[in-house]
Amino acid sequence: MGLEDKVKEIIVDKLGVNAEQVTPEASFIEDLGADSLDTVELVMAFEEEFGAEIPDSDAEKLTTVGAVNDYLKEKGFDA
Amino acid sequence: MERRRVAVTGLGMVTPLGVDLGVFWKRSVEGYSGAGEIRQFDATGYTCRIAAEVIEFDVNAFIPIKEQKRMDRYSHYALGAAKMAVKDSGLNPASGNADRMGVYVGSGIGGLQTLETQHSILLNKGPTRCSPFMIPEMISNMAAGLIAIEHNLRGPNMAVISACATAAHSIGMALRSIQCGDADVMLAGGSEATVCPLGIAGFASMRALSTRNDDPKKASRPFDRDRDGFVMGEGAAVLVLEEWEHARHRGAQIYAELAGLGMTCDAYHMTAPCDDGEGAARAMKNALADAGMNADAIDYVNAHGTSTPLNDKAETLAIKRAFGEENARKLMIGSTKSMTGHLLGAAGAVESAICALALRHGIVPPTINYETPDPDCDLDYVPNTARQKPIRACLNNSLGFGGHNASLLFTAV
Repeated sequence: MGLEDKVKEIIVDKLGVNAEQVTPEASFIEDLGADSLDTVELVMAFEEEFGAEIPDSDAEKLTTVGAVNDYLKEKGFDA
Repeated sequence: MERRRVAVTGLGMVTPLGVDLGVFWKRSVEGYSGAGEIRQFDATGYTCRIAAEVIEFDVNAFIPIKEQKRMDRYSHYALGAAKMAVKDSGLNPASGNADRMGVYVGSGIGGLQTLETQHSILLNKGPTRCSPFMIPEMISNMAAGLIAIEHNLRGPNMAVISACATAAHSIGMALRSIQCGDADVMLAGGSEATVCPLGIAGFASMRALSTRNDDPKKASRPFDRDRDGFVMGEGAAVLVLEEWEHARHRGAQIYAELAGLGMTCDAYHMTAPCDDGEGAARAMKNALADAGMNADAIDYVNAHGTSTPLNDKAETLAIKRAFGEENARKLMIGSTKSMTGHLLGAAGAVESAICALALRHGIVPPTINYETPDPDCDLDYVPNTARQKPIRACLNNSLGFGGHNASLLFTAV
């Protein structure tokens, strides 16, 4: 499973949304119904899955699905 | 100022005897035991391997999956019970003044399972892996908050915590809030979900739990000579309490009137009841005085009756002390914990619902597993078979670790 699919799987699991909703443009809060605690949990799940450490200063910029994909790729976590 | 009257207009149950109110009552009258071997975790190696678990609750029917994941099981039960209670009452909060409708639903312990799971994560994966939902999931007041969100109830809201008297105190405080005019409608009750490794281990270490592992359905045997501890139960119950005229104006069914509350403390020991039942007796007397009634007006006492050697003996003394020996012998006294197990912080709500149903139907559910009389417990415990008899008024006792005593008085309509 590629990085983007894995990210999508985590989002579907944590936010209880349909996979089709998880487009690169989708905002976690605006489009996927997340609240501030959900976004913290999501970042923790990404850290867990990819063995990454995402500082809060970076995490607060990860507001869309695409931003997460780009960030993880940039950091070299492309599976 | 004259106090306003309070009607019980709705009941919602998530219990080891069933989730549907009709099923719950039928099994209560039939003398069904909700106890069995623990299913929720592998209890091999535990001194107590039995509990009265909730096995018929379909959480998906009450809470969307995403929401479920951010709640402890105790909140699942509480929300389920609250939804059913509102439905049963026929109340539509949106059509009334929801600023005057509130929620007092507590939990004796709160989200113990969540704490346990997250502590394992802390030890195994480190502090940065603990869920951001851990605190909101586990705190004992969250069920009350969630129920308010679900039904948009914007009036008084809190969680009273007094161990096994939690739900009785919650219902008592709701009574006061309606009586004095702070609210017109209150959802009140309790919820508990402590059948988890820490919950069983902790109570077992206190020697509070029955270890009759080979015969779980016989393990909860209040007032019987061979009782050896309580059987832990799980679940929730919520009552809709409503100002009398508010209920009558909308043509609501009224199960019973909640007419009195007595509250005391033993001020004696952390967990043991005082030997002579003095604290519990005063709670019962205070409830009678609060309702302006004499001891001979009560027909039924739903006892705390946990099936521990100490409680049942002390409570028997307390009933004699409160009612006088002669009146005490005329009472029907029942412990429905013989069937439901001990739902800790939810027990007082389950048993208040039983009182309301007993008053409405004129039936007192039995104390099952009563086989061998104990000379220390020599009153009429309605052994093994329900009794059909009109009931004018009844008391519901709840006695909690910490010495908290609460007694609620219900009267027939």
